[in-house]
This record gives sequence, C-alpha cells and structure tokens, in this order.
Amino acid sequence: MIVPYSHVLFFAGILFAMGVVCAVARRNLIMMLIGVEIMLNSAGLAFVAAALRWQQLEGQVFVLFIFAIAAAEVSVGLALIIYAYRRTGSLDPETYNILKW
Amino acid sequence: MTVYAAIFYVLAGVILVSTGLAITRRNLVHAIVYLVISFFGSAMLYYLFGAPLLAALEIIIYAGAIMVLFLFIIMMLRVDPSTLRRPSLRHWLPAGFLGLIYAVIAVLVVTQDPGSQTMLETALAKPRVFGQFLFQKYWLSVEIVSFLLLIALIGALYLGKGFAKDTGRGKEVEK
Repeated sequence: MIVPYSHVLFFAGILFAMGVVCAVARRNLIMMLIGVEIMLNSAGLAFVAAALRWQQLEGQVFVLFIFAIAAAEVSVGLALIIYAYRRTGSLDPETYNILKW
Repeated sequence: MTVYAAIFYVLAGVILVSTGLAITRRNLVHAIVYLVISFFGSAMLYYLFGAPLLAALEIIIYAGAIMVLFLFIIMMLRVDPSTLRRPSLRHWLPAGFLGLIYAVIAVLVVTQDPGSQTMLETALAKPRVFGQFLFQKYWLSVEIVSFLLLIALIGALYLGKGFAKDTGRGKEVEK
C-alpha cells in the first residue's frame, strides 16, 4: 500500500506544468531544453506508477524508451544550440530572426 | 499512513521544491544542480514503485549524462543571467484562463474516475525479469530506438563539424 494512484497523477501533472512554464517563460534556449527534460521525466513517473497500478511491465518498458528519446533530443538540441550560438552570439530565442526580411 | 506513503509524500515535496527552485534560478549552473537533486528524487520514486533498473538508469542517464552535458555547454558558452519573460497582462490573461480551465478539468477527471482511488501495491520487477520481458516482446522497438540514437549521434556530429567550413558565411550573415 503506497498511495492512491490519483496522488501520483496529480504530482506528475504539477511537475509537467512546471516543465511547461520553464519551456515557455524562460528567455533562454538552454532553459527551454531543461523544461522539456522535466516534462519527459514527469511523464516517465506517471508511466511507472501506471505499470504498478495495473501490474504490467509495459509501462516500465515505455520509460526506457523515454530515456533513450530524451538522450537523443538533448544531444541534437544542444548541438543546435551551439550552432545557433556561434552564428548569433546569443542564447536568447528572440535574436534568431535572420530569416526575417 | 504507511511508511511507503510517507516516503512518497516526502520525496514528492522535495522534487517539487527543487524543480521549482531550478526553473526560477537566474544562474544556470544553480538551476542544473537543483535539477540533479530533483532527478535523484525521481530515481528514488522509481525504486519505490518497483523499478530498480529504471532507478539506476535515471541516475546514470538523467542525473549523470544529460545534466553533465548541460553543465559542459553552460560552461563553454558565455551565458548571460537570463530573466523570466514577463509578458503583458493582455497576453498572459487568456493563457492563464485556458490553463486554469484545463487544470480544473484534469482534477475533475482524475478525482471522478472510480479506478483512481485504488491503492498502489508494492511490487518489484527484478532487472533480470524486466530485461527478459523487454527483449522477448519488444526487441524490435529496442532496435528502432538504437537506430534513433545512432541518427541523433550522426546529426550532432554533422552540426558540430559543419561549422568549421561555415565560419565565413556565418560572419557574412551577421553583417
């Protein structure tokens, strides 16, 4: 007996909302990526709790894939950030407007 | 309240507080350190929910590899202390209103669902069992994900390498 499943869902939801706020409201590309990481992590927590709730291993398998996708996303995202930083010298997403005429 | 419930609530509190501190820090290095604390707490929650292999992977991949990668990048680049974006009330109000509606509906859905009150029973998926299950039923997905990681590796290499030849063009664009 740990806790009701709904408490875990609420917790994961609050964590997800924090990730959304971090990804949307921060004026920094790195913090936006971090927000995505927080969101993926909270989704993983909900999946593991669901695996325990239904006593099925599929939830845990899915979390493994979430880890792999997070790693891929971070590596490509940081490479893109470095590329953009070298071109513009800034991490503020509002300075990336060279496509504007 | 069982000891497991107490552990869950304490860990949830620690994770929420450290994540909240992380997303509001102006110094990015501090944010990363708070986030590492948050991910350690998540790893302990995975362990509590009976996934010891995932707990180890969370520490190795998230708290270890990914956060160190972020630290490298932050220390490599000259990062100005970033501010929280402060949009005007006119922009903020509709977003907050719609978000509030969604939050209320989510709370209602979760609390009204009759199955949501079932207590989680402690169980343990041993790493051996988990691995056998994974490679017996989902081996194709594992291959696809490994392919995805390879593609990400090649993409990151390409993005990092292509710039050396590109320097002139980059300066041109800045003009």
